[in-house]
Amino acid sequence: MKFETGEPNLYVFAQTLLECARKDRDIIVVTSDSRGSGKLTPFGEEVPEQIVEVGIAEQNLVGIAAGLAACGKKVFAVSPASFLTARALEHIKNDVCYSNHPVKLVGISAGVSYGALGATHHSLHDVAALRAMDNIDIVVPADNFEARACVRAAVNHAKPLYIRFGKRPLPHINDQTAQYVIGKATILKDGQDVAFIATGETVHQALDAAYALESDGLTARVLSMHTLAPLDEKAILASARRCRVLITVEEHSVAGGLGEAVAALLLQNSIILPFAIVAIPNNYTTTGSQLEIFNHYGISAVGLKKTAQTLIKQVQRNVT
Amino acid sequence: MNELEQKSANYRRKILKYIKLANAGHTGGDLSCIDIINVLYNRVMNISPYNFDKSDRDRYIQSKGHSVEALYVVLADCGFFPEHDLETMCRYQSHYVGHPTRQVYGIEHNTGALGHGLSVSVGMAIAGKMDALDYRVFCLLGDGELVEGSNWEAALAAAHYKLDNLIAIVDYNQLQITGRTRDVCRIDPVLDKFVTFGWAVDSVNGHDVAELTNVLLHGPLESNKPSLILARTIKGKGVSFMENDATWHHRVPTETEYALALQEIDNSTRMD
Repeated sequence: MKFETGEPNLYVFAQTLLECARKDRDIIVVTSDSRGSGKLTPFGEEVPEQIVEVGIAEQNLVGIAAGLAACGKKVFAVSPASFLTARALEHIKNDVCYSNHPVKLVGISAGVSYGALGATHHSLHDVAALRAMDNIDIVVPADNFEARACVRAAVNHAKPLYIRFGKRPLPHINDQTAQYVIGKATILKDGQDVAFIATGETVHQALDAAYALESDGLTARVLSMHTLAPLDEKAILASARRCRVLITVEEHSVAGGLGEAVAALLLQNSIILPFAIVAIPNNYTTTGSQLEIFNHYGISAVGLKKTAQTLIKQVQRNVT
Repeated sequence: MNELEQKSANYRRKILKYIKLANAGHTGGDLSCIDIINVLYNRVMNISPYNFDKSDRDRYIQSKGHSVEALYVVLADCGFFPEHDLETMCRYQSHYVGHPTRQVYGIEHNTGALGHGLSVSVGMAIAGKMDALDYRVFCLLGDGELVEGSNWEAALAAAHYKLDNLIAIVDYNQLQITGRTRDVCRIDPVLDKFVTFGWAVDSVNGHDVAELTNVLLHGPLESNKPSLILARTIKGKGVSFMENDATWHHRVPTETEYALALQEIDNSTRMD
C-alpha cells in the first residue's frame, strides 16, 4: 500500500508550536544553539519574546527550563536528543522529574537521524534512560498527524514529558480524523497472524511489512505505540492474545527500549508466544543514512517480513 | 546580642538537636550558612507561608542542598510547618529527607546534586523579567560546589540576560568533604571570575547579620547585572571544636560533644 509522503516531523513540531504560541504567551521555547536544527527560526522571528537561547549548554538548558516552568511557563526545551538526554540527564532527573516541573523536553534528530555523523550524535539510549526515571512520559510520533497531535496535547500536559523527533520526511500513515490520546496506542491495521508493535519512525516500515505479508496469506496487526511511558499495556496484551507471533520495532538500542518493556509485560502475564525485538544492536552502530541503518538491522519491510515469516514457521513447527 | 543573633544561636541549637536525633546531617555546612538563611528569611525575602502560592513572592533556591537542616529549622520557625515534624527527619517514610524536596512546604526546588541551583534560579529570574514581576531570586551556593561546570554555564546566561533580579550567595568557608577547597581544586579568586563573567560582586562577613542584611536587603549591586555575594564563613561556626574542621562535614556529635556544643552556644549568648 502506498502512503503519501509528508514533511519531517521536526517541521510539523515547529509549525504547530508556533500556532499554539501565537495564542498562548506562556509558551516558551528554550534552545541550546539549536533553533536552526529544530526548525524554530520562524518561531524566533515571529515571537522573539517567547524564545530563550542559552548557547551550547544542555545542562543549563534543562535547569533554566525547570526554573521557567516552576514560574508557570509552558516550556519546550529543544536540543538534539543525543545531548539532551545524555549530557543533561542528571538535570532531567532532578530538576524536571524529581522536582516535578512540567517541562516538555524535545529531543530532535533522534535515534539514528544523524546516522552518518557517528555515535556521538546517535540517541539510542534515551528511551531506556528515561523509562527508568520516575515522573516523565515519553512520546515518539510516527507521522505528521501524531507529531501535530502530541505537540498540541503537550502544551498543557501536567507532568514532565519527553518527545522525540526525527528529521526525515514521513509518510502519512494515520487516519487524519483519528482520535489521538497520549498513553493510548493506535491500531493502524488489524490482523490475526502477526502483531507488529512499533514506535516512532519505524512504524511505517512495520506497516509496509504487514501489507507485504498478505502475499503469503498472512494478516498482521500494526500498533503505533507512540507513547512509551506510560505504556498502553492493555493494547499490548490484547494484541498478544489475538495474534500468533509478536514483533516489536524501534529506532533504539535493544537494551531498555520498547521491546524489553513488552517482553517483561508478556512474561509477567504468563503469555508465551514466538517473539522478536527488532532494534539496533547494543554494539558499534554502522554508518549510513537513517534508512540505510534501518535496512542494515532489518528495520524495513523486507527485514520485518522475513522476521515474521521465521516466527510463523516456529508456530507451524510447534503445531506439527 | 540582638534579635537576629539570638535567632541564629537558637537555630544552631536546633540544627544540632535534629541532627543528633536523626543521627544524620551536614553539621559543618549547616553552621556555616545558618546566619545567611536567617537573614534571608527574617529580614530580606518576601516569602512566608501566607504568600508561598503568590507569583510575585521572592524565590530561594538552596543549591548546596546538603545543608538542609539549616533550612528546615528556619522554615519551621517561620511557620511553614510545625517544628516537631523535624523529629521524623531522615526516618522511614518521612518527607523531611536529607536534602530539600518540594514535599516540604516552603521548598521551591529539589536539590542535593550540586551544580543545579543556579541554572534553575536563572530560569526563575528570566520568568520574573518576562512577567514584569519585581520578585528577586536568591541562590545559595557552596564554594566547593563551584567546581561543577554547570554553574559557569548558568553564570554566563545570567549575565547575558542582565538578570539583576538574581542574587547568588557563596558560602565561602573554604572547606569541603576532602579538605581545603584550595587543595582539592582551586577555585580562587572567586570574585574575579564572576566579574569576568559579567556579574556585580561584593564580599561580606557571612556571620555578621547586620552586614548580611545591609548587602542583601537592597539590591541589586548594579542594575542590569546579576549579583554575587561572597559570604566569608567558617565551617562549623559557633562550636569551637567543629570550626574549620572538614571532618565535621557530615559528622554527627556524640552525646558528650552535643552537650559541650550546646554549652558553648549558651555561653556565647550569655557573654553578650
